[in-house]
Amino acid sequence: MKGRVIDMSKGRYGKHGGQYIPETLMNEIHKLEDAYESFKNDPDFVKELDTLNREYAGRPSLLYYAKKMTRDLGGAKIYFKREDLNHTGSHKINNVLGQVLLAKKMGKTRVIAETGAGQHGVATATAAALLDMECEIYMGKEDTIRQALNVYRMELLGAKVHAVETGTMTLKDAVNACMREWTARVDDTLYVLGSVMGPHPFPMIVRDFQSIISKEAREQILEIEGRLPDVVMACVGGGSNAMGSFYEFIQDQDVRLIGCEAAGHGVDSDKTAATMAVGSEGIFHGMKSYFCQDEYGQIAPVYSISAGLDYPGVGPEHAYLKDIGRAEYVPVTDEEAVEAFEYIARTEGIIAAIESSHAVAHLMRIAPKMDKEQIIICTLSGRGDKDVAAIARYRGVDLHE
Amino acid sequence: MSRIYQAFENKKAFIGFLTAGDPTLDKTEEFVLGMEEAGASLIELGIPFSDPIADGPVIQEADVRALSAGCTLDGILEMVRSLRKKTDIPLVFLAYLNTIYKYGYDKFCEGCRECGIDGVIIPDLPFEERMEFLPTASKYGIDLITMVAPTSKERIEMAVKDSSGFIYVVSSMGVTGARSEITTDVGEMIEIIRGVTDTPTAIGFGINTKEQAAKYSAIADGVIVGSAIVRIIAEYGDRAEPELKKYVAEMVSEMTD
Repeated sequence: MKGRVIDMSKGRYGKHGGQYIPETLMNEIHKLEDAYESFKNDPDFVKELDTLNREYAGRPSLLYYAKKMTRDLGGAKIYFKREDLNHTGSHKINNVLGQVLLAKKMGKTRVIAETGAGQHGVATATAAALLDMECEIYMGKEDTIRQALNVYRMELLGAKVHAVETGTMTLKDAVNACMREWTARVDDTLYVLGSVMGPHPFPMIVRDFQSIISKEAREQILEIEGRLPDVVMACVGGGSNAMGSFYEFIQDQDVRLIGCEAAGHGVDSDKTAATMAVGSEGIFHGMKSYFCQDEYGQIAPVYSISAGLDYPGVGPEHAYLKDIGRAEYVPVTDEEAVEAFEYIARTEGIIAAIESSHAVAHLMRIAPKMDKEQIIICTLSGRGDKDVAAIARYRGVDLHE
Repeated sequence: MSRIYQAFENKKAFIGFLTAGDPTLDKTEEFVLGMEEAGASLIELGIPFSDPIADGPVIQEADVRALSAGCTLDGILEMVRSLRKKTDIPLVFLAYLNTIYKYGYDKFCEGCRECGIDGVIIPDLPFEERMEFLPTASKYGIDLITMVAPTSKERIEMAVKDSSGFIYVVSSMGVTGARSEITTDVGEMIEIIRGVTDTPTAIGFGINTKEQAAKYSAIADGVIVGSAIVRIIAEYGDRAEPELKKYVAEMVSEMTD
């Protein structure tokens, strides 16, 4: 009896993961899992998604050798996996094309999604426009101000954007609003979750769709260098671009996997979003994982200059990779990220997203200490056009827009 | 067996929900006693949470008021201990899982038993994950209340088979909050439940009018009213007790015996 009962809990990564959601959603989440398990091996679905990835999103993304940064930092060879060059400007499109296509196959006519910086919202609105789905995006009011351009972008794409005015009015609250909306309307609607988080099967589905990053990167580096990299690194909020970047390298034990999370003003301050550094085990947003919370389990207000990393939890598979020591997670402050944002722009002519700049900042710390023969692959999860105004403000520059 | 069965003995149960610590824990104690006097059979005490994903705006705001006033689970248990000296009314907590997980399942259930809490409703703990908490709850004699939703369909039988306390029948899709109309065929849900178990049923989510109290108490063993009560507390604050009594008495008077 006990064994059977325990088997009912699905989507475990060690002790993390699971399906902690209201009963109202359980049947729907099972339907989603069944549909995904059947379509992921369906040749037509696979072909259709592959075509979209190649002809619409622009895959495979480049693996770019950053010669100038390599020379300037004086250590390991630096490669960037250029997810910033995808259509819609970030890795988010990888997951969204898969999920919206899946929604369509399931007979849904409407998708809803949360967004922080707006990248997942823009990607979802884009896929919805392309695949003829109704689309509503939930975004914390604070983020609609920080990322006003992306709000208009989503509206241009035909989506309705809801500014969420509860709680801290950021990404966490946008997820709350989406979950509430989904419990109200499941029949025609799929919640297109943007990261490797939430209840099973989302962490698995999002990871699978994002793992195209590491699948390509692994093939590309083997072709260019004839060997695997020493380090693979990426920024981590919920953790989708990092999970996608790590996944195909997990079995390669000699490849160090490093996730860079947003420390905001620092892990010793109360303005941080570095869940791995300051969080503790909890159960929230459908999953058991690590969360920033107080002693009574109240989810803590988190802060980062980056709206996309401004989340008080992390995906359950990352929590597991941390527990078993397979991946390491390091905090990066606002100031370090902004310096990296400026450095990569000046040095390589790449304006990277402030989220991705967190990974670039840590790369700048470790590359000089590594040998010239060693190789780092750092994922640039998105482009930074959306951040230019905010960085100018951060630097005290008055832009007259 | 906990006290919960008493709420359904020889009568239809009016179950009132309020958020503990809104506006203060002293007032929560007073409001519970007032509602009991007005005819409530069981009280659900909400443990305020920063992110109550199953709740609508009215209860979300109550959680914010309670947390801003410094309400904690330790404080709530203290209040219940004091309340228990004054009443035998069955009491259940409504808690989001993280507040219990972080506190510690054993420590929480021990606290519940010691202070006189009879059951716990956990809106984000579905049937598949119940073994996370059920063994500890059983050890301390705390009923884990089963929730059944309009989408549950073929899941109902499995979910209610080993239920205890009462079964929370969610009347509507979405989150908590007053509704002018309930479109789900709750009668059908209750028929399925009664084919499987004798555990009493109570309908909640959206019920706020006398007409609804009459209609749904005829179908089920009880009705649960939350947001309408919390709204009175939001409006009258410290002075809500007479208003709550008036409202609960009116609702109870409409219910079938």
